[in-house]
Amino acid sequence: MRNRILALLLICVLIALPTITRELGEASLLALATRILIYGMAAASLNFILGYGGMVSFGHAAFFGIGAYVVGILATHHASGEPLFGIIPGTDQMLVTLPLAVLVAGAFAAAIGALSLRTGGVQFIMITLAFAQMLFFLFVSLKAYGGEDGIIISRTNALPGLNMRDKATFYYVVLAIAVLFFFGLRRLTQSSFGTVISGIRQNERRMAALGIPAYRYKLYAFILSGMGAGLAGALMANFLRFASPDMMHWTKSGELMIMVILGGVGTLFGPFLGAGAFLILETFLAEWSENWPFALGLILLVVVLGTRGGLQALIDRVTALVRGGAK
Amino acid sequence: MSVILSIEGLVKTFGGLIATDHVSLDVREGEIHALIGPNGAGKSTLINQLCGELTSDEGTIRLGGQDITGLKVPERVALGLGRTFQITSLLDELTVLENVGMAIQVREGGNFRIFDLARKRRAVWDEAAAFVAGSGLANRAAIRVADLSHGEKKQLELIVALAMKPRLLLLDEPMAGLGHVESQAMIGMLSETRKSAAMLLVEHDMEAVFALADRISVLVYGRIIASGTVDEIRNNPAVREAYLGAEDELC
Amino acid sequence: MILVLEQILNGLQYGVMLFLLAAGLTLIFGIMGVINLAHGSLYMVGAYAGTYVAAETGSFWLGLPAALAAAAVTGLAIEALVIRRLYNRDHLDQVLATFALILMFNQIIVMLFGRSPVFTLLPAAFDGSVEILPGLFYPPYRLLIIGAGLLVAVGLYFLINRTRIGMLVRAGSTNRDMVRALGVDIRLLYTVVFGLGALLAGLAGYMAGPILAVQVGMGEQILLATFVVVVIGGVGSIRGAFVAGIALGVIDTCLRAFLPGLLRNVMPASEADALGVGISSMGIYLLMALVLLIRPKGLFAAGS
Repeated sequence: MRNRILALLLICVLIALPTITRELGEASLLALATRILIYGMAAASLNFILGYGGMVSFGHAAFFGIGAYVVGILATHHASGEPLFGIIPGTDQMLVTLPLAVLVAGAFAAAIGALSLRTGGVQFIMITLAFAQMLFFLFVSLKAYGGEDGIIISRTNALPGLNMRDKATFYYVVLAIAVLFFFGLRRLTQSSFGTVISGIRQNERRMAALGIPAYRYKLYAFILSGMGAGLAGALMANFLRFASPDMMHWTKSGELMIMVILGGVGTLFGPFLGAGAFLILETFLAEWSENWPFALGLILLVVVLGTRGGLQALIDRVTALVRGGAK
Repeated sequence: MSVILSIEGLVKTFGGLIATDHVSLDVREGEIHALIGPNGAGKSTLINQLCGELTSDEGTIRLGGQDITGLKVPERVALGLGRTFQITSLLDELTVLENVGMAIQVREGGNFRIFDLARKRRAVWDEAAAFVAGSGLANRAAIRVADLSHGEKKQLELIVALAMKPRLLLLDEPMAGLGHVESQAMIGMLSETRKSAAMLLVEHDMEAVFALADRISVLVYGRIIASGTVDEIRNNPAVREAYLGAEDELC
Repeated sequence: MILVLEQILNGLQYGVMLFLLAAGLTLIFGIMGVINLAHGSLYMVGAYAGTYVAAETGSFWLGLPAALAAAAVTGLAIEALVIRRLYNRDHLDQVLATFALILMFNQIIVMLFGRSPVFTLLPAAFDGSVEILPGLFYPPYRLLIIGAGLLVAVGLYFLINRTRIGMLVRAGSTNRDMVRALGVDIRLLYTVVFGLGALLAGLAGYMAGPILAVQVGMGEQILLATFVVVVIGGVGSIRGAFVAGIALGVIDTCLRAFLPGLLRNVMPASEADALGVGISSMGIYLLMALVLLIRPKGLFAAGS
């Protein structure tokens, strides 16, 4: 009950946010909130395989970047009028670009996952990192799409009936997608598949003895997770109106992992909290001192070494304390 | 009675060490076939070959007439093979009921569904509740596995295996580490189980073996040196020789 | 032909650098089970400390002990403060904690030395080039690196195979629990191994100074390649680190040197260059993926 009230309250605040920031004259806050929602989705996707499935993927930014490039490449071909590979016309319609970004990211995840999941442990971490780096260098060398500099997307994808150039409208679109995404993810973790994947994380040998071929299930989870990251990447490309190889650099993968662990591994809402904490820290530390990466590193270190379960666990503990005090 | 499991000439070597050396035996419908032997005789290796965790170098394994030698663990499970682990291997974060529920959920299938609710699968949970209620863990259903005692985990291993409704159960030392009372309870459970599944029972506890087994095979240095009824094995000189100086362990 | 030989020598030199880093990393992972992303930071610390002392004193050779000492001390400090708490954690915590260390070390270096690259002067004796084969002129400093790397390899071989510490290291990288069960002071062994790894990283960093720019981020550039070496060679295997290090060094260098030229035969120059650089950057990762698909635990995996 209390959780429902909190969720409702949160949604009210999120809906009112554009008005609030306009009144305060802080347009940059709305941009920050949009980024948090988008990165939250990417981090939550990663968390599904990392926290629920026990697969430490160190290359998840690759799928984020793929999603962004799908939007970017389609926009390039839309602008130039030349079809991609001579057959696929470019487009600037979000109803086309988003699903396509999700599918393409899923296809890459299927290929990378199918190969990577043959290993485990540190080898899995490193092979996912390796595939992401390969894609990074591939896009660096693609001069047709800007190479190192990336693609500038002249305008945000269109949605029928909406003025997507308006920042508040775009924010609402992202918010709507994020809410759907969140409830979809919640359903996923409670589904038959979700319980099996969590069983595999706990004890793969036991699940095999029950009759579960772990590889197929893990691969499916990996693909779903890649699709989620692709969706977030496509939205990010729309938000920044830019797609570049940097989006799939290994440090980006590291940042997604930081968001997951800041928020709390294997928790539903944690990655959104983690994305919020990370981006807010980054933004304000950067304003405060040019040496912010040091402070960020220190905070991360303290969180990893000192707390178990990240922000979500901290919040649970505080609410338990408050509840205990109220009685 | 028809043969449900038949093993012929099974070999497994690790480097130069022969762990199982042309092992042949069978388990018939409704029977408990006990496999005994000193430590290091290759019993655990054989169990792992049978369930598919180890691949065999030679020989064939048939389950209900079908050759399963080349199949992987889950594929063998799908054909009706169940097992328990010597060192209990359960889902520690879940409760007793949820562990049993998982076994049934997996057996029932439909586990690639991503938009259903696992906890709303009524048939699964009704059956799981029935299994737990009819067991020695009836009043422990909501306890997490991590908080169970060793004896309770051993019991749960068996309940989970039974919930899979296997045709053949491989039991890897179900009595290991149990106290006397717990052992008696386990013997009772196994003897009940006889009605639903045939069993290959690897066990050190001779009291349990003699109480349960229809037939016994003796494995020494990877080889079956004797096979027969309880009385035949009890009086077999070769078996006594293998258990040299440990006669009191036999009786 | 001369050109090819020269590039192979360059590759060899890059390869021994990779080996110096990978040797420490593979032992740390094999024995302690810790993924240490901050290994590249130790390399950077060695480079900066050595270069600084060399510049202050005007002596290249005085920089060397400074580099080794700085890297070793830093290594021992992070082992005691951070790594020690990570032994029983999962890989995720290790990756993130050491990732945090990278952020901190990079920023400390920025605070102390600024962002612009620092250059090291070569000792006069190593300037210029010598003719090592008819027509093949090669900088003696690079030969020195190759020599030093091979010397370290030989030294490690004796240390691992002929001493008591080495015996424990070998035992520890195949079976950690057994070493614990033997009643060895595992703490001390860990500290020694980590210190040794840091020392080698510092050596590599200082030697790299005169060839590459000493700058913030130099650690990460080589770190990923080092991890590729460790994983291809097989975690915990010094021999694997050596073979994979040299092989990767040569392959990577030759791809970078020759691939753009080869591609220019089939496409316009600017595109050929971009694609060539891209593909040769991908080369080592591609190789790692291939090796892991055939041997999921690497070439010389301990205990397989």
